[in-house]
Amino acid sequence: MRVMAQLAMVMNLDKCIGCHTCSVTCKQAWTNRAGTEYVWFNNVETRPGQGYPRGYQDQEKWQGGWELNRRGRLTLKAGGRLRKLLTIFANPLMPSIQDYYEPWTYDYDRLFSAPMQADTPVARPRSLITGRPMKIGWSANWDDDLAGDPSPDPVLRKLSEQVRLEFERAFMFYLPRICEHCLNPSCVASCPSGALYKRSEDGIVLVDQDRCRGWRMCVTGCPYKKVYFNHRTGKAEKCTFCFPRVEVGIPTVCSETCVGRLRYIGLVLYDADRVAEAASVPDERDLFAAQKGVLLDPRDPGVIAAARAEGIPDDWLDAARDSPIHRLIFEYGVALPLHPEYRTMPMVWYIPPLSPVVDVLAGTGHDGEDAGNLFGAIDALRIPIGYLAELFTAGDPEPVRAVLRRLAAMRSYMRRLNLGQEPDTSIAQAVGMSGAQVEAMHRLLALAPYGERY
Amino acid sequence: MDGAVSDALLRLGRHLRPGTVSPDLRALHQVGGRRADAFYRDRWSHDKVVRSTHGVNCTGSCSWKVYVKDGIITWEAQQTDYPSVGGDRPEYEPRGCPRGAAFSWYTYSPTRVRYPYARGVLVELYREAKARLGDPVAAWAEVTSDPGKRAGYQSARGKGGLVRISWDEACEIIAAAHVHTIRTYGPDRVAGFSPIPAMSMASHAVGARFVSLIGGAMLSFYDWYADLPVASPQVFGDQTDVPESADWWDAAYLMLWGSNVPVTRTPDAHYMAEARYRGQKVVVLAPDYNDAAKFADEWLAPHPGTDGALAMAMGHVILKEFFVDRETPAFTGYVKRFTDLPFLVRLRERGGSYVPDKFLTAADLGRPEGAFATVLLDARTGEPVVPNGSLAFRYGEQGQGRWNLDLDGVDPLLTCMGAEAVTVALPRFDSEGVLERGVPVRRVGGHLVTTVYDLMLAQYGVARDGLRGASENEPCTPAWQEAITGVPAQAVARIAREFAASAEESGGRSMIIMGAGTNHWFHSDAIYRAMLALTTLTGCQGVNGGGWAHYVGQEKCRPITGWAQLAFGLDWLRPPRQMIGTAYWYLHTDQWRYDTYSADVVSSPLAEGVFAGKATADLLAQSARLGWMPSYPTFDRNPLDLADEAGDDPAAYVAGQVATGRLGFACEDPDAPANWPRVLTVWRANLLGSSAKGNEYFLRHLLGADSAVRAQQAPPESRPEGVAWPEEAPRGKLDLLLSLDFRMTSTTLFSDIVLPAATWYEKHDLSSTDMHPFVHAFTPAIDPPWQTRTDFAAFHAIARAFSDLARTYLGTRKDLVAVPLLHDTPDELATPHGRVHDWRALNRRPTPGRDFPKVVVVERDYAAVAEKMAALGPLLERLGATTKGLTYDVSGEIDRLSRLNGTRDGRPSLARDSDLCEAILALSGTTNGRLAAQGFATLGRRTGTSFDGLADEHRQITFADTQARPVPVITSPEWSGSESDGRRYAPFTINVEHLKPWHTLTGRQHFYLDHDWIHEAGEALPVYRPPLNMTAMFGEPALGASEQGVVVRYLTPHSKWSIHSEYQDNLLMLTLSRGGPTIWMSPADAAKAGVGDNDWVEAVNRNGVVVARAVVSHRMPEGTVFMYHAQERVVDVPKSEISGLRGGIHNSLTRLLVKPTHLIGGYAQLSFAFNYLGPTGNQRDEVTVIRRRSQEVDY
Repeated sequence: MRVMAQLAMVMNLDKCIGCHTCSVTCKQAWTNRAGTEYVWFNNVETRPGQGYPRGYQDQEKWQGGWELNRRGRLTLKAGGRLRKLLTIFANPLMPSIQDYYEPWTYDYDRLFSAPMQADTPVARPRSLITGRPMKIGWSANWDDDLAGDPSPDPVLRKLSEQVRLEFERAFMFYLPRICEHCLNPSCVASCPSGALYKRSEDGIVLVDQDRCRGWRMCVTGCPYKKVYFNHRTGKAEKCTFCFPRVEVGIPTVCSETCVGRLRYIGLVLYDADRVAEAASVPDERDLFAAQKGVLLDPRDPGVIAAARAEGIPDDWLDAARDSPIHRLIFEYGVALPLHPEYRTMPMVWYIPPLSPVVDVLAGTGHDGEDAGNLFGAIDALRIPIGYLAELFTAGDPEPVRAVLRRLAAMRSYMRRLNLGQEPDTSIAQAVGMSGAQVEAMHRLLALAPYGERY
Repeated sequence: MDGAVSDALLRLGRHLRPGTVSPDLRALHQVGGRRADAFYRDRWSHDKVVRSTHGVNCTGSCSWKVYVKDGIITWEAQQTDYPSVGGDRPEYEPRGCPRGAAFSWYTYSPTRVRYPYARGVLVELYREAKARLGDPVAAWAEVTSDPGKRAGYQSARGKGGLVRISWDEACEIIAAAHVHTIRTYGPDRVAGFSPIPAMSMASHAVGARFVSLIGGAMLSFYDWYADLPVASPQVFGDQTDVPESADWWDAAYLMLWGSNVPVTRTPDAHYMAEARYRGQKVVVLAPDYNDAAKFADEWLAPHPGTDGALAMAMGHVILKEFFVDRETPAFTGYVKRFTDLPFLVRLRERGGSYVPDKFLTAADLGRPEGAFATVLLDARTGEPVVPNGSLAFRYGEQGQGRWNLDLDGVDPLLTCMGAEAVTVALPRFDSEGVLERGVPVRRVGGHLVTTVYDLMLAQYGVARDGLRGASENEPCTPAWQEAITGVPAQAVARIAREFAASAEESGGRSMIIMGAGTNHWFHSDAIYRAMLALTTLTGCQGVNGGGWAHYVGQEKCRPITGWAQLAFGLDWLRPPRQMIGTAYWYLHTDQWRYDTYSADVVSSPLAEGVFAGKATADLLAQSARLGWMPSYPTFDRNPLDLADEAGDDPAAYVAGQVATGRLGFACEDPDAPANWPRVLTVWRANLLGSSAKGNEYFLRHLLGADSAVRAQQAPPESRPEGVAWPEEAPRGKLDLLLSLDFRMTSTTLFSDIVLPAATWYEKHDLSSTDMHPFVHAFTPAIDPPWQTRTDFAAFHAIARAFSDLARTYLGTRKDLVAVPLLHDTPDELATPHGRVHDWRALNRRPTPGRDFPKVVVVERDYAAVAEKMAALGPLLERLGATTKGLTYDVSGEIDRLSRLNGTRDGRPSLARDSDLCEAILALSGTTNGRLAAQGFATLGRRTGTSFDGLADEHRQITFADTQARPVPVITSPEWSGSESDGRRYAPFTINVEHLKPWHTLTGRQHFYLDHDWIHEAGEALPVYRPPLNMTAMFGEPALGASEQGVVVRYLTPHSKWSIHSEYQDNLLMLTLSRGGPTIWMSPADAAKAGVGDNDWVEAVNRNGVVVARAVVSHRMPEGTVFMYHAQERVVDVPKSEISGLRGGIHNSLTRLLVKPTHLIGGYAQLSFAFNYLGPTGNQRDEVTVIRRRSQEVDY
């Protein structure tokens, strides 16, 4: 056992209002400069939708992440090191600027400088790449709130069931994304220069700006497309987990500015020696469990001893024990990883969202007058469970259903307390929890005190 | 990992490089080498962090950290140090939104106004004239009165050609324009427009103070924005009072109705998301699948504008199941005490049946309490009783100690059921005809009466023993509404039932968050009354977690008393001129000339014909001459000259002159040059880019610029009788449009002079909201850069230039001010029973203060304006400070302010912006516990009850406190909710818990309104009124596919990427959206018009043209498009194929439509107060044609 510490994040999608404050504060702090105009270390996508860059989840096209080779061993999907070497000067497996979007500005100056003329002055759009006037046709968030036709969504296409994108059955939710700071980062493995590294003390994945040679293999290797190429400096850049902040005890910009109060940051401990094995389980649907299996119980004396042996300080172990991430993944069991099938062991986890029931069900009497029934009507929700499962559990609907049941049970259980009635622990037990656990989970999810979120 | 070859290479490699390689060759562990991350460390470093906020009209009032490095603002992030709300619920941190997070982009952006600018043509004309005439005022007079010169600069408005000028020259021109206008036309021809004081109180107050001290009119905004829910004064007698967002947590059942909370209340939305975990059920009612629907348990999608029908059906279910089928003691106990339901209404015979008429009053029974004492029956005795609390007890000796809701043992009888019944005729508007319903009656003092409750059951079609209710497809059954709204009857019934049951179970904790989607309609007051009935019937008003939560422009200036004294110069001169914005623009942009319908379009099928043959402009003039609503400019004469003529009894003089026709109201001849508005200053606002409904009419008539108006003026038969109609409508009424801004907007583009304003990170100011309970400060992170100045500095500079010129041209003058009958004063007793007697129709001489405005003469020392701006005047000690009818003695605070601010000529200094902030805080109960406690003591003497312990008497909040951290305010009689002991603010909790009357006729919440004009409109009771029929009124094509394209309902909801127009030009927001103006439409409508996603389209109706790109989305319902509000003409707007002009803005397709009942005044809660009551600038009933245009666009 080689115990290592990892900073991880959980985002509660059920609370995400899709406001993009995280994106803006992150961009203002880190990437509002020449060379990174198109770069959003943090972005928010409406689901269903194509995402940013367009269709990044289509690994048949982009070949990001890992796969198992014929011998059952992990290999970069885009090809091993030899292939990297052979394609180093012409790597076709990379989104073009048009797949991200062509950044632009406007001729704002015309608003002042226009001489007396026949028409009201206007600032027309102009490309920041070519400097020429342009018609805007794609952006970092083009399909926000179901704008346009979301059917090219690669996740939607993987669903076995037919999802009709029509008014009566409309559904959507938001997916904020940063770098996953994976335990098994394919970007690091893809870099021919050894410029990408994972910090040993907290697992943050960074690009060494001095060593980066701009080969962009990391861009290909990352299935989440969260490594970007700065076209001014010719180097790769990515989300740094705000290390200059977290090192001094301040949460990341995206977390602290999250108006939905849906982000949690905490430390988890994992066994570095078991990562490769866990990432190599044959069945994709076992990856979620395998990934959980790599994470260690910070209260286990054996783990504590091993951690101390690795030089992890005691206050870090305290932090691991207090970690909201550990509680959300294990004790409450409501957090799921994004696309475990990429086999990178992502360390940004998500609580899947509830959604309104579909009207047609209300008409059939499926959902009665009792609000309690409603909170249990998991399979009647608008967001198809299959869709969530394709995002979080490699298509296995059961873990998603279990999470949604727990959220619904919490609501039912707490409603009784809200109305001054006696607690009904059978509601908690029905989802494998105690009343005290439900109340503790409620505190973390609903009250979400600052000091307990981070 | 990979293949055997690479494994071998790796094995070899691990001996060649430092660090340890894991046994599986997966990981390489190295130590050191961290210097390469220096770039990010350096990027994060900064010199200081400053607390400020955003003075934008979003009600967010979020506290922000502004980061500064090397004297440059780098970025911002939210503060997280709000005082705790108790630990039993989520805290307020971190308030903010993406728009606010993008603000610092403006600071150094290419759209930043860095210097004073003016229209080059005007500057040349002015300089030439001044050089020749040697005098600024004479120069201004010549430029503006010479027709050629006037047309020369007015027609250049909005067409570029701005030049830089100096501050001194700008102030000189501005001062000359003001002086010339006051001298020639009168001070009431000057106006100021600046909305929402709470968003930056000092910046608002300083300009309003200048305008008020010179006698100009400040224009209202809340009603003009259509954000004022007129139902609120109608029902509550209050402007608007709503819960803070942390109180959503207390709700057990929450409906989001026409309110897209994640978008429009972004910093607060988490309370809704989080309260669900507490078992709160959330129902979203919206025509589209919006951002809020994501959080719903159920989403109901009524057709736009039909919400009233849905609410009426819910009311039907609640009345039937919770009042009639079984009694719900919690509900009946509540409505008997806190609503007008038990009060008696007289029935009047009409055509063989009866109609509801006036409230029965003590006067009708010959009792001494009079015509403002409403009557109910005591269930114990069956006898009529005049309970405490009605308007009769609010003023004068007789009411002392009786203005309260203590029933003193009386058990109000809710229904007259039992004895006798008659048939009443009730109006309907969803189809032809009237409804005949049975109501039980009694005879009291010779009057045939019933209760409001009985009338409500009749109105809602609820059957009772022997009394016919509605058949299934009649109003207001769930089945009836299904045909109108498209929402299944079963769903409506079920949600209504749940809502009420939850209220019963939780003690009134069912809440409706209601938003602009329901509030921006012509008949929004009717929609709202139907919705409010749901929360009131179920006992939810005045309960934490229950009741209405109206969040549309309702920003609460918590220290309201202090702000009002300073903003309107009440410390020096009273009264100020305060004008209803909608009427102002309606007249002065000549939109009234395009009313091709009669005002009786609103009339009830049971109307008496009061509006018949009248134009809306006629009713506006009537409202002005009866003293109901303010009207500035008031008379067709300069009020300075009028004051000189008027002699010792100006009121009698003016009444006589008007009665004999020698003096006219300006609103009866708004197109006469003498009656035009001449000088308009816009600050903290973007009138032309944001709120100007009928934008193209503004451009054409007010400004004289190019415009895309396509409408025809009214034919002779539709023209007003009593308002002059010059054949040629004037173009270019305004001499000077002055704006202060930090960015280029549709207003600055059309302004004659643009002054560069400091931003929110460059000045001292104060912020508050009703969404949270704190006041907090703006603080400069940097000094105002380039030649920018704070609003405070700018208005002081203007005032100094003005005073210098005024010394020569104006000196000290008397000014005759006409003041309307005011709410929360004895003026509201002017119209007993709401019976309208127009002195003109009756050929009678009017009585000022009764059926005519009050006439007051004010003396203005024009040369001293700048000095008065900079010091607190002496009237405060003499007259005190009055808010909502309660007068505070502030003499003790004057001394304290003198100490805090220092003095100027012995008066407390207001010479610095921080002085002004200090004064606002010192003079308000919410921020000065001594005043709050004093106010409650005063109130207690009137009510005869105690409010002891509500106010934290010993707490005084200073400006420094608000700079350090947001500070919770103090419970004060300025507002209706208690925040004592750390409690969350919910409106009317003081009324409910301390039996304090509402400021209405009965002192209770009203379901019933009995004013003549309300009856005329058929709105005595809540009723469903459909959206206006634009085809019938204006000849617009019918909805659906047409040859020109597709005809659709045109809605302008609030945008995700801007706060009104602010941020819609911000590069970050544009990058996250679609980069310019867009119109959202359904795939079905897109198909009808042959439109693809991102295609250029044109939207056209009689009001103008819009060019935008289409967003085709299946979340949109068929038949409706959205053009999100306040997409301006500054960014990516090509020329229109139809008009040939720059392609318009969202308001190019809208126009003003004035609802006559909003003009009522002088009667109980239907009395004017500024931003409190007045016609709304509604804009939701519009339709447009969408057509695909050539995809080649030309700028």
